[in-house]
Amino acid sequence: MPFVSPEVFAKQKIAAVQDYAVLCWHAIVNIFSGPRYWADIFTQMDSIGVGSTPIVVLTGFFTGCVLALQSATSLQEFGSVSLTGNLVALSMVKELGPVLTGLMVSGRNASGMASEIGSMKVTEQIDAMRALGTDPLRKLVTPRLYATIFMLFFLTIIADAVGIAGGALVSISLLGLNASSYFNNSYRALVYGDVVQGLTKPLFSGFIIATVGCYFGMKTKGGTQGVGKSTTQAVVVSSVFIIIVDFIVSRAMIGIFGR
Amino acid sequence: MPEDLASNKPSRSQQADSAAEPVVIFNDVSITFDVKPVLENISFTVRHGETRIILGPAGGGKSVLMKLANGLIKPDSGTIRVFGEDVTAMRERDLFKLRGRIGMVFQESALFDSLSVADNVAFRLHEERVPEDEIHARVVEALQFVELEQAIEKFPSELSGGMRRRVSIARAIVSRPDLILYDSPTGGLDPITSTTIIELIVKQRDVTQTTSLLITHRLQDAFLLARNHFNQQTGQMEPIPDGGIDNSTKFLVLNEGRIVFDGTTRELIGTEDPWLKEYIT
Repeated sequence: MPFVSPEVFAKQKIAAVQDYAVLCWHAIVNIFSGPRYWADIFTQMDSIGVGSTPIVVLTGFFTGCVLALQSATSLQEFGSVSLTGNLVALSMVKELGPVLTGLMVSGRNASGMASEIGSMKVTEQIDAMRALGTDPLRKLVTPRLYATIFMLFFLTIIADAVGIAGGALVSISLLGLNASSYFNNSYRALVYGDVVQGLTKPLFSGFIIATVGCYFGMKTKGGTQGVGKSTTQAVVVSSVFIIIVDFIVSRAMIGIFGR
Repeated sequence: MPEDLASNKPSRSQQADSAAEPVVIFNDVSITFDVKPVLENISFTVRHGETRIILGPAGGGKSVLMKLANGLIKPDSGTIRVFGEDVTAMRERDLFKLRGRIGMVFQESALFDSLSVADNVAFRLHEERVPEDEIHARVVEALQFVELEQAIEKFPSELSGGMRRRVSIARAIVSRPDLILYDSPTGGLDPITSTTIIELIVKQRDVTQTTSLLITHRLQDAFLLARNHFNQQTGQMEPIPDGGIDNSTKFLVLNEGRIVFDGTTRELIGTEDPWLKEYIT
């Protein structure tokens, strides 16, 4: 990696933030004017949402399982194994469901977007699209943005549900808890603010995954090596952003709902 | 051969554009990438119906010039007018409308690899919300023009380099543009396939009289264009009788980002410039 002066480095970073902000703005507002590419939005919903369902289900289910298993050890010391349902439900809905779903979808789709758009960039397909009178942001970025936000919301709900189901399986089969008691405790543990918090996070994560993936795709240069670099950067940056934004949203929600 | 392409004169061509005002005007255009000047003080014009061949060594800024003409990149200084509109000052949204009158053939074809040949050629027509029946008819017509109608259902990965270039030409001409930009259409192709591509360009030039800019590294392709015409009776490219030269074909030679020649074929052949003489021999 070549060394550059601090001034050049700072200018590069500020320019990158500016380009990212411009891309985000156009990606958002494009939906409010024509032409709108509904077919592309539905295609992306299928690719991002339906395509990511297996990994989200597996991740959510086994996270719920291991959460029940690990927490039972600590709860046993206080004679509160029956509260396993509370702990699994709260952890899954408020934190692990949204974050793990975001990270898994980021790994699968931010990389996919960066490599797909990056390949189009280095083979001049993006320029060809512009030369054919089509706005690449409108055609490629906007459908991915709205499809990711919409589908991540529902994927998070699926992850929460299968996580609680996984916790139930372990609690009933290995810890000997009563199924009715587990589900009753899980249900009672959750209040309105917890659900709102858990379902607000995927909106931000979806935005981050799509915009970061598309941004690095659009900025790709340097052939196949450049595509690989963009893909890696997209996954790393979007994952880190998801965790940082998760903290900020959690703090804001605690401020609003008091828990 | 689909004579429809010949009879269908550019639907959006405006008579005011023709003859009087040049289609493309570069005025003192310069552009620098990082610290390296790529084009310096480039000025030239392309008139209606003219085919301008851009020659020059690799790395001389020819492809950059082509992208500047289509508004894909902006110059650091100078102005570029296409169909009377200043593309250097236009917003991207307005440029999309202008590009509806411009067809472009990219160096490596730049076909959309996830779309079939039919969808690639029909891309612009789909964007313009043309009815499906008309799209199909025009795609078949364009593919017949490049003699590739049998490949309509194939994907770009299933085509040879020459076939991809022909699909790219079909995609550029399907909307009946008033200006076509060919960026090294024969680059990387064998001599026989190159001649086939040049024949298509000659056919397009002589049948529709479309204004065009063409980049090439191959002098033989450039002179093939200048010395041949398309015979619509025989459907073949033929040498112009008595060693004649096509008057609508002119040359622009670039070297290290500067224009070293701007003129007709005869002026190029008769040049006294030592570098140019060495380059064309």
